Amino acid sequence: MSHDHTDPPSELTLKVKALESLLVEKGLVNPETLDTIIETYESQVGPRNGAHVVAKAWVDDDFKSALLADATAAVASLGYTGRQGEHLKVVENTADTHNLVVCTLCSCYPWTVLGLPPVWYKSAPYRARAVSEPRKVLAEFGTVLPEETRIKVWDSTSEMRYLVLPLRPAGTDELSEEQLRDLVTRNSMIGVEQAKTVASRG
Amino acid sequence: MGTLSGRPDPLNEFQLQPRDENGPVFNEPWEAQAFAIVLALHKQGVFSWDEWATSLSRQISAAQAAGDPDLGDTYYQHWLAALEVLILEKEVSDSGEIVSRIEAWREAYLATPHGQPVELKK
Repeated sequence: MSHDHTDPPSELTLKVKALESLLVEKGLVNPETLDTIIETYESQVGPRNGAHVVAKAWVDDDFKSALLADATAAVASLGYTGRQGEHLKVVENTADTHNLVVCTLCSCYPWTVLGLPPVWYKSAPYRARAVSEPRKVLAEFGTVLPEETRIKVWDSTSEMRYLVLPLRPAGTDELSEEQLRDLVTRNSMIGVEQAKTVASRG
Repeated sequence: MGTLSGRPDPLNEFQLQPRDENGPVFNEPWEAQAFAIVLALHKQGVFSWDEWATSLSRQISAAQAAGDPDLGDTYYQHWLAALEVLILEKEVSDSGEIVSRIEAWREAYLATPHGQPVELKK
């Protein structure tokens, strides 16, 4: 292999580099801003924010009421605000109703509280089947619900994003809010799984 | 971010690549870069989020109509195509400028000894 050159990357990488360098020259994009955005979604944002919201709702009834009434404002009160000005709605799982979130059009997703969407969320099969056969989709995630449980599917849009408030697992009365956060997974907030049980924690 | 064992962390090789508990949420670094560019342009007011969502869903529908099984792995290709369309529509740049810039980067790679940072010639 020759060392007097570097093999050019894929056409897609070249195109991104081309667009980025043009936008930087035109003063529309700052490279440090891009790095900050990526780092934010990598570490600071992400499912941890959503877990904070859910665990607080489990232990604080006033917060839970506020969250169900106006999730955008309640989540902002914890310091998590959207970049795209979209509204957030929190849908609560109960003993007889299970909620599932999808975006059939593309992949609108509550980034501020969940970080970046997983690949399957963006896939056409999930986007179609979450609506046509949600019970089967849930079973494939290992979530088998009783026949009588109603499944509500929420279709996200660019203006409205949804976050599932999962059921608080049994036997967690002694856990602190901090400890409860560890039970709240990203998938449980999309609605494809339940929150972790104490036995499966850690 | 170090590791407890003190060994080099392979993830640091791609420290800009967002990950979550289930692995990378981007398959390749360019996907994250394209993601961030869109957020930055929106913040700059180049397009509204609604315009963005419309452009992206058009690309996805077009790709599906053209036979893309659309399993999520091509998602950022649609994202990038939607970005390019908006850049053209908003007359931020034109296709001639973009094509020649792509070639400039390709030449920069070919002219840079392996291991050195690749930079555009001014």
